[in-house]
Amino acid sequence: MSDILPLIVAKYNFWLYIILMMIGLYAMIAKNNLMKKLVGMNIFQTAIILFYVSIGYKHGATIPIIQGGHGGHSAHDAVIHAADYINPLPHVLMLTAIVVSVATFGVAMALCVRIYQRYQTLEEDELRMRVSERITHE
Amino acid sequence: MNNMPAILVLAPLLGAFFACLAAWIQKQLSYYIALAAMAVSCFAAVSVLTDVITSGTMQYRMAGWAPPMGIELRIDLLNAMVLVLISAIAFVNLVASVKNVEQEISDRAPSFYVMYLLFVVGLLGVTATGDLFNLYVLIEITSLTSYTLIALGDKDRAPLAALNYIFIGVIGASFYLLGVGYLYITTGSLNMADVAVILKGIQGSSAVLTAFILCILGVWIKMALFPLHVWLPNAYAFAPVGFARVVAPLMTKVMVYVMVRLMVTVFGLEYIFETLNLADAVVWLAVTAILAGAFTALFQKDLKKMLAYIIVCEIGYMVGGAWLGNSLGMTGAILHILNDGLMTFALFLAVGNIIYMRRQTAFSDLSGLFAAMPWTMAGFVLAGLSIIGVPPTCGFFSKWYLVLGAFEAGAYHFAAALIISSLVCAVLFFKVFEICFFEADSGAGDHNPAKVITEAPVSMLASLGLVSVAIIAAGIYAGTIVDTIILPFLQ
Repeated sequence: MSDILPLIVAKYNFWLYIILMMIGLYAMIAKNNLMKKLVGMNIFQTAIILFYVSIGYKHGATIPIIQGGHGGHSAHDAVIHAADYINPLPHVLMLTAIVVSVATFGVAMALCVRIYQRYQTLEEDELRMRVSERITHE
Repeated sequence: MNNMPAILVLAPLLGAFFACLAAWIQKQLSYYIALAAMAVSCFAAVSVLTDVITSGTMQYRMAGWAPPMGIELRIDLLNAMVLVLISAIAFVNLVASVKNVEQEISDRAPSFYVMYLLFVVGLLGVTATGDLFNLYVLIEITSLTSYTLIALGDKDRAPLAALNYIFIGVIGASFYLLGVGYLYITTGSLNMADVAVILKGIQGSSAVLTAFILCILGVWIKMALFPLHVWLPNAYAFAPVGFARVVAPLMTKVMVYVMVRLMVTVFGLEYIFETLNLADAVVWLAVTAILAGAFTALFQKDLKKMLAYIIVCEIGYMVGGAWLGNSLGMTGAILHILNDGLMTFALFLAVGNIIYMRRQTAFSDLSGLFAAMPWTMAGFVLAGLSIIGVPPTCGFFSKWYLVLGAFEAGAYHFAAALIISSLVCAVLFFKVFEICFFEADSGAGDHNPAKVITEAPVSMLASLGLVSVAIIAAGIYAGTIVDTIILPFLQ
């Protein structure tokens, strides 16, 4: 037990993203309402986004904008240490991932609207019942 | 610099943009733009393939940024072949499906073509890219468009099937993304070739193992490997047939390609088969997938559902072959990507023709089809024989390599599963042939229904004929394909 605790504290970002991910996965599997499942899906995706954001972080580093800016002499004169700046690449990747997750969420909600218009419910058990009713009627 | 690799992917993307605009002027225009865009892409794919065969791997730097910082399109023999397969199938399907789209979703035809082009962009991009994160984004483009296109199908059940597909698809893509994250932590790079070089030095790392398992698991979910296949049958059966025809042969096959790419190029076969001890378990998983897919297909009462379960079974072939751990098995798996794409495409083309004429594909509605649609059924029989594995159709040759690979690896259970599933497929297809051939057409009330030929339009038949020729040609030239493309790639 005494070994595990420092491990948890040192890598707390990993533990947090796994917990968040499992909450999302639980909601996607166990919830009956389609909207709740969608929210679970969103939590699931957000957990991974947070994971990526956290891996770019460095202790004591600052935002990755070089002092002096474009064409300034100071940027070329001073030696730039990569350790002084947070790694921006994972953050930039996540901008794309956020766009993807928003798009997926949008498509999924549009489908929910279609399903609701057709069956007047978003509860999965009722949906299953009504779909099978339709088949036996035909 | 040769710009063909970029044109290959960008032609359908620009086509989608202009098809969307053109729909405001005249709806019919978007179809012709889609056709032109796919023709350009198809031409570029063939030219890239010939270039790669004569002068080796092509590297295209997007916007001139050098890898590993920039995104690179990297086309070697394997993906050049898959690119030709994708663009050719997408192009032929546009010709074949225009009447189906008019019949099923005439009010949404322009949106269908726009989404269709974006779907193909995604597939081509996934295949062409040499960047791990770019691969994720393109997988998501493919998936997003396929969700919307599937939802256009059967009004009652397609939206629900698409939503279930979204839930599972998101989990799959997220696992892959997470795996890429671990790879990035350990290597600091996203370029496949670069990652592969760095990984050679740190093969014992447990983070690399985690990355590998997450990536492969994500791809398996996307390719519908049993027991992760539950989304596939409904999604493919309820999709509009114009889309089912292209998603069924391509989506799963491209994911198999991604798996092969990750195994061969990124992680390296040496790492997978010598450091990790997973191959036996995965081959067993493939065996279960093959048997489960084949036997579930036996219980289906609808042609589309039956074919969907056959896809689940075929995925087992490819995964098992790739994980046998010898070059024969890998050759079989790669050859089967090509062959299974063609066979499934031909089957779904025939199903589309049947739907166009009869609207239904339940077994009870198929009676008398041989008399009514002789050409369509001829194509269907040929593709069916190819799935069973009768020479000289192409299905026989990839199965042959897979069986040889299984014997070489001592995986007799895999060889047995291949043979059993071939027998089950024979039962399946002869059951369909029997219904179509011997049972007289019950409906319509015609005096002599068996004599009336109600064949599908010429464009659909010509497409089916073309693909049937391709099935035979891929069979006859299987040796050439293996010698010029697959074996040089594996060395």
